[in-house]
Amino acid sequence: MKIVTVVRRVPDVEARVEVDGGDVRVSGAAWSLDGMDEYGVEQALRMREGGLDAEVVALAVGPADTEEVLRTALAMGADRARLLVADDADVGDVLARARLLADAIREEGADLVLTGGKQADADSAALGPALAEHLGWPLADWTTHLELDGTQVRAVHDGDAGPETLAFALPAVVTTQQGLAEPRYPTLPNIMKAKRKPLDVADAPPATPVTNVVGRAPERRERARRMLDGSLEDQARELARVLREGAA
Amino acid sequence: MSGPVLVLVAGDAGAPSRAALQAIGAARGLAEALGVPLEGVATADVADAARRYLPHVHRVEAPPHAAGWTAVLAAAQEARAASAVVLSATRSGAAVAPRVAVRTGGALLEDVVTLAADGGAVVGDRLAHLQRVRETVRATAAPAVVTTKVGAFAPADPAAAEGEVADLPLPADPAAPHVTVERTDAVAGDRVPLEEAPVVVTGGRGLGGAEAFDAWVVPLADALGGAVGATRAAVDAGWRPYDEQIGQTGRTVAPDVYLSLGVSGAVQHLSGMNRSGLIVAVDHDPDAPIFAHCDVGVVADAHAFAPALLAALKD
Ligand SMILES: Cc1cc2nc3c(=O)[nH]c(=O)nc-3n(C[C@H](O)[C@H](O)[C@H](O)COP(=O)(O)OP(=O)(O)OC[C@H]3O[C@@H](n4cnc5c(N)ncnc54)[C@H](O)[C@@H]3O)c2cc1C
Ligand SMILES: Nc1ncnc2c1ncn2[C@@H]1O[C@H](COP(=O)(O)O)[C@@H](O)[C@H]1O
Repeated sequence: MKIVTVVRRVPDVEARVEVDGGDVRVSGAAWSLDGMDEYGVEQALRMREGGLDAEVVALAVGPADTEEVLRTALAMGADRARLLVADDADVGDVLARARLLADAIREEGADLVLTGGKQADADSAALGPALAEHLGWPLADWTTHLELDGTQVRAVHDGDAGPETLAFALPAVVTTQQGLAEPRYPTLPNIMKAKRKPLDVADAPPATPVTNVVGRAPERRERARRMLDGSLEDQARELARVLREGAA
Repeated sequence: MSGPVLVLVAGDAGAPSRAALQAIGAARGLAEALGVPLEGVATADVADAARRYLPHVHRVEAPPHAAGWTAVLAAAQEARAASAVVLSATRSGAAVAPRVAVRTGGALLEDVVTLAADGGAVVGDRLAHLQRVRETVRATAAPAVVTTKVGAFAPADPAAAEGEVADLPLPADPAAPHVTVERTDAVAGDRVPLEEAPVVVTGGRGLGGAEAFDAWVVPLADALGGAVGATRAAVDAGWRPYDEQIGQTGRTVAPDVYLSLGVSGAVQHLSGMNRSGLIVAVDHDPDAPIFAHCDVGVVADAHAFAPALLAALKD
């Protein structure tokens, strides 16, 4: 059985994000493994530790230094990693990225694909669904609980009206949600060990984007930032007025 | 393509949801800009109400699961040679739209906050980087499959004349990957769902426990006709269920009024609520980051302030 966890490099939450002439620049703390992808890596490792005979492969499409976050996945415990090198601007969009990844997943002969429910850079929840469609596999999105019984999967996910329990068969794509599996921190010995684990790096084939980003601008909504004063009761009365009228 | 703009009219209890009315509003504007007709896709229970907003409604059979909507919408797009397919970026909408785009060979404009046409191409703004960067995205393939961010568009007003409803027979999809819904645990209570609520009252770690939610947050939400939200810290502590969490890994809301109590304002939380109309924050720390992102701030102990606010609201 083979589990592919698709991971992505995103700006660290401590990083400052700025827009410079239409490009996004990240300063301060650098990049890290997307928190929601981490849940997927952790889930794969726990299934293996729970007795599943599985190889765990971390897969990414991204610029050359995406290698660092693949090493993080290896240090957590993945067996092997694979990087298809392409600049984000060349890949173009999430559907093009899904197509590149789906081809690689097919090549790998994966049984289960895990990836983040929403990427912290593009704020996109489309990767998992697009992968499922390319592969023609079932999808469980925003998954908080996952159980395998042979090739049968039972997943609890967040639906529109609340949690839903889904049943389907492998091969399948599962996207993560907080609560699935809180990720471990790689230990120092495992970080050292990860340096010797196999990490294939190859150029990605040309991508076929279907959208074009024609502009970028910082999004800041000016807020009134009015601080109330007076006694607790005065403030409560004034806030009650504001809330009733829906305006400061 | 000069085919119509198709909009999915999702609903419950026989009426289009607020999010669906927003999608209709966005789709109506797009159809006008493209100079093409506007048509709806709805299940039988919603079709009659949907015709108040749309000149033509295609009545379709409800698929058994969200994934089934992929087949329905892709087939409807093909049957009508639609130039665009518009749906709301609810959890299910966000999962279906990418699949429809892949299946139809179209483009995906995800979670847009504006929607327009530029020289025949569909263009929309969306937010990235935890909602800190606005991107203008142009579709370079057709059809354009668009999801509209919940709360970003004004809900459509009823049209001058009622439209017609007709069945749209669609081929079944034998190859659909099979997913069975074994169980749905719909959110309890009769408060409005989070994304549809005009007011959201959110509690954070600062409330100190589940009791404070019961004592103050729920009554405040009830008094204001709103829904209850929570931060990840409150959810992780087991005080509230996951589906009330607001933020990057929770729901994205944009109510008219957002009231937070004991919430620090981490970026992952802000990204789920910073498009709200009026943001009001109560926190005992004057340096809490949330105060840089609110319209009205109160520096107070939530346990003392919440009862005073409840009392003032009842006056
Ligand atoms: C991948 C990832 C995804 C995440 N997704 C989300 C998400 O979707 N949603 C989310 O919310 N977070 C998310 N987080 C977590 C986020 O970073 C913060 O940790 C979280 O939002 C903090 O919640 P909080 O504001 O309730 O708690 P804290 O940050 O601990 O803030 C508590 C606040 O309460 C105040 N306070 C304390 N006592 C009182 C009192 N008596 N009266 C009044 N005020 C008081 C304090 O001054 C403080 O400002 C995510 C993190 C990661 C890594
Ligand atoms: N999505 C957001 N909405 C509102 N404020 C934010 C958001 N993300 C970051 N901030 C705040 O803006 C400040 C500057 O962030 P940045 O613009 O990324 O340097 C930080 O202190 C953040 O708390």
